[in-house]
Amino acid sequence: MAILFLITAVVILASAMMVVTSRNLVHAALWLVSALFGVAVLYALLNAGFLAVVQVVIYIGAIAILFIFAVMLTRREMRETGPGLNKNWWVSALVSLLVFGGLAFLLSNWSGFSQTSAELPSGFDAVSALGDALISPDAFVLPFEVASVLLVTALVGAVYIAFNRK
Amino acid sequence: MNFWNDPLKVAAVWLEGIFTGWGMDAVLAHVLVVFLGVLLLITILMVLDIFLVWIERKVVARFQDRIGPNRLGPYGLMQPFADIIKLIIKEDTTPDGADKVVYNLAPILSMMSVLILWAIVPLAPVMLGVDLNVGLLYLVAAGAIGTLAIIMAGWSSNNKFALLGAFRQVAAMVSYEIPMVVALLIPTVLAGTMGMLGISEAQQGLWYVFLSPLGALIFLVSAVAELGRSPFDLSEGESEVVAGFHIEYSGMKFGWFYAGELLHAFTFGGFWGILFFGGYHFFGLENLGPLVAAAIVLFKALLGYWVIMWIKYTLMRIRIDHMLAFNWKFLVPLSLVVLMVTALLNTLLRDASTWVMGLSMFLSNALIAWITVEILRGRSRAEREKMEGPAQAALEAVNH
Amino acid sequence: MIPLSWYLILSAALFSIGLFGVMARRNAIAILLGVELMLNAVNINLVAFWRYLDPVQMTGQVFAIIVFAVAAAEVAVGLALVISVYRNRKTVVADELDMMKW
Repeated sequence: MAILFLITAVVILASAMMVVTSRNLVHAALWLVSALFGVAVLYALLNAGFLAVVQVVIYIGAIAILFIFAVMLTRREMRETGPGLNKNWWVSALVSLLVFGGLAFLLSNWSGFSQTSAELPSGFDAVSALGDALISPDAFVLPFEVASVLLVTALVGAVYIAFNRK
Repeated sequence: MNFWNDPLKVAAVWLEGIFTGWGMDAVLAHVLVVFLGVLLLITILMVLDIFLVWIERKVVARFQDRIGPNRLGPYGLMQPFADIIKLIIKEDTTPDGADKVVYNLAPILSMMSVLILWAIVPLAPVMLGVDLNVGLLYLVAAGAIGTLAIIMAGWSSNNKFALLGAFRQVAAMVSYEIPMVVALLIPTVLAGTMGMLGISEAQQGLWYVFLSPLGALIFLVSAVAELGRSPFDLSEGESEVVAGFHIEYSGMKFGWFYAGELLHAFTFGGFWGILFFGGYHFFGLENLGPLVAAAIVLFKALLGYWVIMWIKYTLMRIRIDHMLAFNWKFLVPLSLVVLMVTALLNTLLRDASTWVMGLSMFLSNALIAWITVEILRGRSRAEREKMEGPAQAALEAVNH
Repeated sequence: MIPLSWYLILSAALFSIGLFGVMARRNAIAILLGVELMLNAVNINLVAFWRYLDPVQMTGQVFAIIVFAVAAAEVAVGLALVISVYRNRKTVVADELDMMKW
């Protein structure tokens, strides 16, 4: 388990570094796919099988494809021009490092930091429990419906914004 | 434990005994045995794939009133081996300006997206890779990886036609994913589980094709679109984009795409059989043993594959705007209506007997089909009158 | 067994990398890629907390699903904006979109 986690973590972090530094945007999007696949493996390690599969369906099947399409639609030639990072990139790097240090410091002072995982009750089916939680009136049916409204709004908005009126 | 009742388990226990007998760690031995099992499954699939080439060529020949390969070996059975040798000794080209890593990764991903599907195929109650409780979503997720492989192939080839073909194919796959997911939800609602084994088991009495013929049809149509086969083979329309996303691939790299496509079609035939035609159930014949059950599943997969070939060699290619309009304006609403009616009836008739339930489901599907056909007929009549009205008037003006 | 801290540190690192991408990249699409990394870091945290603190309460997974929905909506609208901007200004480099600067 620990070995699997470490390999996945290295893959995720290395891919994420490539996403933010790669000059070729299609490569960046493909590295994003690799990082997101690693996150799906983490979900599987955490016994969240449903989320792992949904991660692959949504992020790799839809979002990454959308990114690749957008990259191809917003350039005149297939070549990359200019540097990938702006002039102040070292300030950004410094801020990011500070954020990481701050987060690590905050978390390490938290009492539950090195907690080991809770026992799953025997016969517990996370998928059906999740389904119940999403549609049960005394759980999350309202946020769930609001999320669906948000998706419809985003769909209509995206079509309206990107529509070419001629 | 009898070998014939559970051959895989017996073999695994035997192998693990041998490995631990050599002084190997128990966990390592288990991992090794699982790995060998995966290797065995993939080998069987690849050998099967070789013969799928022969089957496809023979069947298309029959559809077109030809004989097909018949020179090499009995009934031309050795022909696919000759094809493979030809593909292997061909020059392996990489176009100028191609993105080498992505270019070489794409055929592998394409083949992989098909092979990983077989991890959840229940060949028999005791013969399946893993019984995921999100099995049907896994099927969709594997399709997502296939989509990615196609766009990688199209982009990295550094060829306009390849990119256009990939765009078309990906647009079709992404949009036909929606009716496919909705059609997959119908067996889920009926069986109350997303696991492939549970769905197979739930069809012991009545196959789901009788409960939801429209669902089976929608799944077949969206599977054909997902496969990119005719009538939805816009990605490789010869007169438009030459060969689509695999235009620049030669030799065995093209072979991977080709073999992947054939195996994909066979696999979707198999899923059609499992989800709607009872899986390994065939009038109690599956009780003879797991090997018979596996043979039943493979036979159903071959039948499904034959239906997909039948469609491919009968219908002609349609235009891309027609294809997308067909999906968004017809297939998606229809599949949603079928799903809602199925879920409603399933809840209302929870306590009814199998036959009442089956009959009412079948009749509701027939009613939906009839209403759909009536609406389509009305629409086409209105369209025709709009087109013919001016023509008729002009004709009368000439006659007077 | 893996302690919770490993997941938290990984998620913090992923979040920081995403933040760097958002602040340092010039191309607007690359900035959105960084945002995706940050959202995924949040999701790792949510699922890890669900698993380690109270797996019977599905709160963490439900939150993760809502983050999925938000991420999908964000990408759809964001990329539509980028394409619209590209159509009008012929560039997607964030530094060159300076009409609001006086």
